[in-house]
Amino acid sequence: MSRRGRLGLFAVAGVGAAAVLVVGLAGLPAFGDYHAAYGLIVNGVGLSERHATDLVTAVNFDYRAFDTLGEEFLLFGSAVGVAVLLRPTRGERQPPRAAAADERRFAGASPALRALSIGLISPLIVLGAYIVTHGQLTPGGGFQGGVILATAPLMAFLAGRVLAFKMIATEHLVEAGEAFGAAGYALIGLGGLVFSGVFFHNFLPMGLAGHLLSGGTMPLSSIAVGLEVAGAFLLVWTELLDQAMLHGPGRSSGGGS
Amino acid sequence: MTILQIAVLGAVALAGTAVALAREPLRQAMTLGVYGLALTILFFVFQAPDVALSQVVVSTVGLPVMILLALRKIRQQEHERGGRGSREE
Repeated sequence: MSRRGRLGLFAVAGVGAAAVLVVGLAGLPAFGDYHAAYGLIVNGVGLSERHATDLVTAVNFDYRAFDTLGEEFLLFGSAVGVAVLLRPTRGERQPPRAAAADERRFAGASPALRALSIGLISPLIVLGAYIVTHGQLTPGGGFQGGVILATAPLMAFLAGRVLAFKMIATEHLVEAGEAFGAAGYALIGLGGLVFSGVFFHNFLPMGLAGHLLSGGTMPLSSIAVGLEVAGAFLLVWTELLDQAMLHGPGRSSGGGS
Repeated sequence: MTILQIAVLGAVALAGTAVALAREPLRQAMTLGVYGLALTILFFVFQAPDVALSQVVVSTVGLPVMILLALRKIRQQEHERGGRGSREE
């Protein structure tokens, strides 16, 4: 098709799309107008039924916990898929001397970046643990806290310490975190089935609203999801990092010649 | 709608356009981070702190790191392919 023909076709399609868009936008409810019954009901009963002050977490880990199970295994499957795709190309184990040379080669981080990254490690761990354990009280929860926890070892990498990053977030540890987190969340669901006959039924005592141990199974679910998410992100990062940093062209071509 | 909300919506539109207009993948990864930050502020201003937290961890840390590492890997492969080709010649 000629350029002119394509432009003509685009003009017709563009006018059509714009017309549909205008009609659609004109039919939207007013700004801030909320009619969904579900949200209003959860807002009304969440605190009295589940003793949770953050109702988003109550929906995620209790009312719609089964949805979260699917999402969790989606992430689990993707992380495992990335690991499976990247590992066959890895070849034999990295000799330590070459790895040390690679670390020197990558030591491009400025002193300011180094200091900032090292200094951020412990605050990030504390923040991640806080977000994971306070899911039922304040905004946040397993997913958000899990990613924050995963960034703590990543700071070692930002500081130019690739090997330190690999030592903190060893493959076994990362894989175990991911697997135990995913299994733990599924087990909490099974616990509901065993103790009260409904999969993912909140079978633990609800506790006092506003306290750390409130919301029944919610804190446990949050911790399980946090472990799983931190493991999944670190697994993907370490696999990519292995590919990008430790198997560079410099070493492989040097070994070949 | 408050002025803050309008301003944040404008920032999101600007940042999104910037991501689409950046042609170089490295620049795209950087602008994507800024776009994610704008979205985070948007969610926060529109009173969705849970979503804002998810957005900030994924878009400013998770995604850019993966993109940057993948880019580095792709460039290495290109470099290797180029190097091998010249050696064969």
